[in-house]
This record gives sequence, structure tokens and C-alpha cells, in this order.
Amino acid sequence: MNAKTDHLGPLFPRDCDWHPAAYTPGYKTSMTRAPQRPLVSLGSTLSEETGPAFGPSMIGTMDNNLVLNFTGQPAIGERIIMHGRVLDENGRGVPNVLVEMWQANAGGRYRHKKDGYLAPLDPNFGGCGRTLTAQDGSYEFLTIRPGAYPWPNHVNSWRPMHIHWSVFGSGFGQRLITQNYFEGDPLIPLCPIVNTIGQQAAIDVLVAPLDMNRAMPMNCLAYKFDIVLRGRRQSFFENRKEGL
Amino acid sequence: MVQRLEYLKETTSQTAGPYVHIGLTPNRLGIPGIYPVDLGLSPISDGAMGERITITGRVIDGQGMILRDALMETWQADAAGLYPVNDPRGAADPHVIGWARIAADFDSGIWRLDTIKPGRVPAPDGRLMAPHISVWLVARGVNLGLQTRIYFDDEEAANAACPVLGRIEMRDRVATLLAKRTAPGAYSFDIRLQGPDETVFFDV
Repeated sequence: MNAKTDHLGPLFPRDCDWHPAAYTPGYKTSMTRAPQRPLVSLGSTLSEETGPAFGPSMIGTMDNNLVLNFTGQPAIGERIIMHGRVLDENGRGVPNVLVEMWQANAGGRYRHKKDGYLAPLDPNFGGCGRTLTAQDGSYEFLTIRPGAYPWPNHVNSWRPMHIHWSVFGSGFGQRLITQNYFEGDPLIPLCPIVNTIGQQAAIDVLVAPLDMNRAMPMNCLAYKFDIVLRGRRQSFFENRKEGL
Repeated sequence: MVQRLEYLKETTSQTAGPYVHIGLTPNRLGIPGIYPVDLGLSPISDGAMGERITITGRVIDGQGMILRDALMETWQADAAGLYPVNDPRGAADPHVIGWARIAADFDSGIWRLDTIKPGRVPAPDGRLMAPHISVWLVARGVNLGLQTRIYFDDEEAANAACPVLGRIEMRDRVATLLAKRTAPGAYSFDIRLQGPDETVFFDV
């Protein structure tokens, strides 16, 4: 069995009690967008076990540098490295997968026509980045730490500082979007979106610790955020026919 | 004490939020200059074999409102039923990429996919699934990406034999997964997140 075959097994089932439920009334928008019928459970098929691949030719050299990738002039705010590894539930690094991220600027303002928050746009900050993981699954971005911002949920709801993440695995069934938060932010336990998650341990995995070992003296701080995708079984014991 | 299982837990999902387009389709949103082109503009390139089809639709919430901030991705096989990446059965049509990223129109909420009709793919037990396109949908208010499939209402025999459609116990719900043929090569497929005609979503 070679390494490639090793990656083609069925996906581990998702732990739906770990993820947020669909219907979470504290987050008001979920009330009309949550399916009411149970999900139909299947084992994964080739349709979920295969998925798109991305190559280095699709990624520009500045795509993971949000401080400079909008105008070439530096954005304003707290300079940070965001780094970590994309792993699967077996603990193995997932190489060559696309990691995309987006965020507000240092004042909590998004460069989006629907964001009318009074904090100003930063003319030198766009707010998106992307990269491919290395052979060990590692990735790195240079960015500005995003600010908290208010949103119309409860009268006085504020999102903690966060970055949105979109990650691909080797199969379409591993597709994941999430958000990371920052160690020590007192807004985390107040947030209705964080609190769509039922278990504290499932919230804790979204909180990136300060990583002084990766900070660059007189340049930038660093936070570490590992992302775990669904694992895949090796296919020794599958009942599928050889070569199918 | 028993031995400890050394598995990691999958990272918890969170909503993509209302500004998902900043990250995933910045050019379509109107933020040019960061990436030369957005990823996932088309699942095929010129020369792809098979029947050209266009699927259009809307995503509708439990109050009948059309979502204008939904983002979908699709994944499909080529006309022969081979997936373009890591398919253990062999190489697919080189003009089929298989993956597309679709943003609903910011004003109308209508989305559109121009592609080829996929062939049949075997389930793990070897039985053939009916032609289908896998869909993953995220949006504000959706806490975990929703997975569904687009099947085709003019594939009656294949649909009747599909082991995945056969798993749906409430048979009248199968119709929510069938794109309706409205003209040669044209289909419509609405996704209803909640309510009486709620689309079937899968845990796969």
C-alpha cells in the first residue's frame, strides 16, 4: 500500500454533537436557515472521498501577506503572523491543500458593500489571503490583528476579534469553514456565534494562543492555529472490489 | 484504565458569515487587484466531453426569503463518471475540473452553473449511483456547511436504481433533489433550507 492509496479511504463520520447544531436561536439568523428535518446519513462514497486539487501556479507570492497584498503599502494595525498546521483526525499533516482566510481591518471594518459600520476602511487593507500547505501540512500568513465589531443580533452584540478560515482536504466531504479567536479576548464567551457550540472543549480548539517563539523581534507577534479535518480510514478492510 | 485513543477532534465549524465573498470571491464582490482571478469560475474547460447543461436556482429560507448571501461549491464527475482528482479507477477527461464555486447574485439571489452532465459513479458496494452533482452550501446563519446533491428529473431509470436516493425513507422527499428540466440542456434547482418542501441534506 503506497501513501497515495492510504489517502483514499472512507471518511470518519462527523461528530454532529461536537459541531454547532443548525438551529441555535441565540444566533438569530440560524432560526430561518436551519433545516428542521434530520440529515440523511450515508457512509462516504467516491463523491465525498475525492475532491478538487490546487497547485502552486494558482497562488501568487504575496497572497499570504495581507499587510501588503492590497496596495503594496503597509496596512495599519497590530502586525501578526498566523501560522499552524492542517492535520487530519489521525494527526497527520495534510499537504498541498488550499487554505483561504478573510477578516476585518484593525478597527473591525470589512471591505464589503454590506458593512456599514462607522469605523473607517484602511486604504491599504483588503482583507483576504490564501496559501497552500507545505508537505507537513504547515501554513503561514502575515496580517493585521482584526478588531472587534458590533452586529445586529442582540441590541449590544459584538463579535470577538476573529479571522474566517476556509480549508480543503483531499476529499470534498472534508470541506470546512470556521473562525479562529484570540487567546484572552473577553468577548469570546459573550458571543452568540461562539455559543452556537455546545461544548467548551469544542470552543477551545478555535482559540489561537499567543506564540512568542514565532514572533519576530521588533517586527510582529504570532498566534498559532492548527486546523483538523475529518480523518480517513485506510482501506484494508473495505468491501469494495479491488481497483474500484 | 484502558489505552487512550489518539485521535484528534475535527476543528469545530462556524458560520461563513455575510462577508464570505471577501475571502472566496473577492473579484466578483468588487475587490480587484489582490488575486488575478477568483477560483472555481467553471467546472469545465473548452473541449469537455458530454452534454452541456445549465442549472439555475435559488436558495430559500424558512420564511420564503431568497438568500442573496449564499455561497455554494459543486463537485462532479466527468461524462464517463470519473472524478478528475484521485479517482482510483483511472484518469478523467482532462477538460473537466469538476469543482466550481458559485455565489448567488447579490441582487436577485439567483445562482447559475454551466457544466456538463456527469456520468454514473459506483457506490462502495459497486452499485451505480445516478448522475449527480455534489453541493456544499454555506451562508450567514448556517453553522455547518450543508451537503446535498443535484440529481436530474430526466434520469428516471438511474434515479430509481440509485442506492443513495434509495436511502431516503420518506419517498416524497426524493423530488427535492431532482433538478427540473425546463428546456433542452436547461435545468432549475431550488434549495429550500427549511419548511414543508425542505431539501434533503446529507450527513456523509
